[in-house]
Parts: sequence; C-alpha cells; structure tokens
Amino acid sequence: MKRVTVILLCLGLVLTANAQKYMTRNGYIGFFSGTPIEDIKADNNQVASVIDISTGEIVFQVLIKSFKFAKALMEEHFNENYLESEKFPKSTFKGKITNLAAVDFSKPGQYEVIVEGDLNIHDVTNKVSVMGSIEVIPGGINANSKFNVVPEDYKIKIPAIVRENIAKIIEVTVAIRYSPVDNK
Amino acid sequence: MKHLLGTFLCLLIFTSTLAQKDLMDILDDTTTQEINYTTATFKSTRVMNGHSIEKMPPGQLDFRISHRFGTLNSGPYEFFGLDQSSIHFGLEYGILKWLMAGIGRGTYEKTYDGFCKFTILRQSSGARLIPVSVSALSSVAITSVKWSDPDRTNYFSSRLSYVQQLLIARKVNQSFSVQIAPTFVHRNNVATEFDPNDLYAIGAGGRMKLTRRISFNAEYYYTVNRGSYMSQTVYDPLSVGFDIETGGHVFQLIFTNSLAMIEKGFIGETTGSWTKGDIHFGFNISRVFTLK
Repeated sequence: MKRVTVILLCLGLVLTANAQKYMTRNGYIGFFSGTPIEDIKADNNQVASVIDISTGEIVFQVLIKSFKFAKALMEEHFNENYLESEKFPKSTFKGKITNLAAVDFSKPGQYEVIVEGDLNIHDVTNKVSVMGSIEVIPGGINANSKFNVVPEDYKIKIPAIVRENIAKIIEVTVAIRYSPVDNK
Repeated sequence: MKHLLGTFLCLLIFTSTLAQKDLMDILDDTTTQEINYTTATFKSTRVMNGHSIEKMPPGQLDFRISHRFGTLNSGPYEFFGLDQSSIHFGLEYGILKWLMAGIGRGTYEKTYDGFCKFTILRQSSGARLIPVSVSALSSVAITSVKWSDPDRTNYFSSRLSYVQQLLIARKVNQSFSVQIAPTFVHRNNVATEFDPNDLYAIGAGGRMKLTRRISFNAEYYYTVNRGSYMSQTVYDPLSVGFDIETGGHVFQLIFTNSLAMIEKGFIGETTGSWTKGDIHFGFNISRVFTLK
C-alpha cells in the first residue's frame, strides 16, 4: 500500500513537472525601421518559443526566411544581403525571467517582467536585457515585449548607399500566446 | 526494505524528469521540416542579354533601360563605339506568383516585343528536395523597319518571329549559380531562302558573386544549326559583365558581340566577332516599382 502511495506521488511529480512548460509554434515577432525616407516593416508569425514557468527559462527560435515584407525586393535584400539567411537560417534567444517571483502563474493577471539572456542574430550573440509583460490567462500565457536592436551589434553591414533608408535602431515587437505542452 | 525500494524508484523517476531536456532541444525536436525555397539565383530577370529563371514577384513593375554602344574596334573617331547607341526599353510586370509578362521596344530593327515567363519548378531543400529551378519563356517580336522591297507584296506576318525557351538553373551555393537554356527561334521570314526559319540554340550562363552586391556574369548561346547559314556570317553571342545591385536598382555592365537585346536578335543575327574586336559595351538598368 505504502509503495502504491509512493508511486502515485511520484507520478504526480512527473505530471506537474511537465505542466510547467508552455509552448508555441506560431508566435509573432515583427520589426520596424523608420527613417524620413522610408519605413520598413516585417512580420513573422512562425516564431517558436518555450517557457518553463518553474525556472523562468524562456527560449525562442525564429526562421529568418519567415519574415514577410510588403515589398518582395526588400525581403530578398533582407535575406540575401543583410541577414544572409542561407548561411544563418535561424535567430535564437535563450534567457531567463529574472524577477520570476513577481509572477503568480496560478492567478490570471498581468505581470511586468525582465528577461535576460543571449540573443543570437546573424551568428553573433549578445547579452540582452529586455522589459516585457506576462499575462496569465485561463489555459495559457501571453507574453509581450518591445525592445530595440542595433544591426551594427550583430555585424549586419548596411552600405552607404542605403544608410539613409535603414534606421540605426530597429524596434522589435514580440507577441506570443503560449499553450501548455501536452504530456506524451 | 520495500519502502526503501519505493523511494529509490521514485527518486529515479523524479531525477529523470529533473534532468530535463534543454528547452532549445524541445524546439529543435518539434521543428517541422519546412520547404526551403531557393531565392535570388540571379540578381535580375536577365543573366546578361538572355533571360534568367528569375521573375518579378506579383505586383512589381520592372522598368528596364538597356543600351549597347558601337563596337570597341571602331576606333577613337567613334570614341570606341560610345558615339553610337542602340537602346531597348522594357516594362515588365509580375502578374502571379508563377507568371510575369513584359513588353519592350528596341532600336535594333525597330522591334516591338512581348513575352511571358512561367515558373515551372523552384529549387528547394528541406521538406521537398528539388535540385533545379525551371522557367519557360515564350516571346514574340515584331520588327517595324521599312520593307526592304516595298514593291513586292509584303505580309505583316513576315515581321514576326517567335522564341520558346526553357530555363533550367541551379544555385549551387550562396555565390555561384548556373543556367542552361534550350531555345527554339522561329522566324516567319528570313533574308534569303538559304537561311533557316528555325534555329535551335542552347544557352549557358552563370553568375559568381564577388561581394554581396556585385557579381560577375557570363553567358553564351550555342546555335546548333548555325552552319546552315548562307547569306551572312553570324557568330554565337558571348556576353560577360557585372551585376551591381544598389537598393532598388540593378545595374548590369556588359561586354558582348551582339547588338540586339532580345533572343530573336542575339541568336542567329549576331554579326560581331569577339576575335575581331566587334565588342559592344553596354548596360542594363533595372528599376523596380512596387505597384501593390
């Protein structure tokens, strides 16, 4: 009898351990570059991300080719000349919510968080710290953030001839809706 | 003892879940394989004179201005050809994802031309492996020079010629692309009865990227039944040059032995010879406008 209890307890632990993870494959990341000459905007709705609410760990994987632009030529230049997506197909982020205690995942509501970690773009990794919000909703988690990225920090070279067309600082928007990871 | 065993078992399971996989691995595991289409096999819809497999994306208009100057061997009096200029204007538009069409007008024989280019296959990796991109080109050219003999009965159809072309290209790696283009040219009317109405040619072209924005291109068309020519000596067109890409423009600087800028002209009507120095310097400028 005792053993059964122990095993049950054990199983319970296993189950809870799994329910700590939330995931998505179709999150959104977009970016915006605004200059007096032109505005450039791109959207990616195929962002993959996992968050582990027990540890506050959070990871992102973004396929560069999935960024969609209004102008096909911009998209081609973005992939060919700037991000070199054939050589570096993915951008990743691996980080942690530093103020995890501030979030009560059992209670629906909005919580401000700070996420720190390694952002890899164009095969260059930089430590970043961004502000964001976590919204606990029934059956899921929403995560939102807006932060700035400087192309130069990621060795993305912008030639003199288009330097006036591309902003020095690119605004990145993240909007993710996570669902619990199914147990298998 | 029993109790201990249970605890041990429990610990075992517990630790196995604790030794969680890295979160990034979870994403890697479930990453669905996607079809990864090859893009930018060539910078422009032309390799040099001839078409490349590339087409305008839907809603984009390409305004092309091409020049060919006189031959380099025409000497300093003609400023090595720069005093003479032959021009071709083109307006080319992407209609659907797989279809583009264009119209043009060239100095050479005062020719109007129109074409449609279809995408048949797209080179891809990932979930679907296709080694090459294939496009088909169909074009019509209408000359409008005055009849050489206005006294005889001249038919409008004599002004027409047609080109059917299959373009097969592979982007071998990030900087190197090659293309093979079997081509069929039909001229309704030719200079003499010795000249063939039908020409068969095979084009070969390639580009090598030198920097991210500059590439070296070369293109050669081998005319299979060129030997059957009698009325004039013609040569196979060889063109070499550079693609220079800026924001919305592609500049193509070209050295070629052909004066004509459309298939019907440079295949079978190229009278210049590289070895004799009949080399035309020229350029294509492509400016793309997004209409929708």
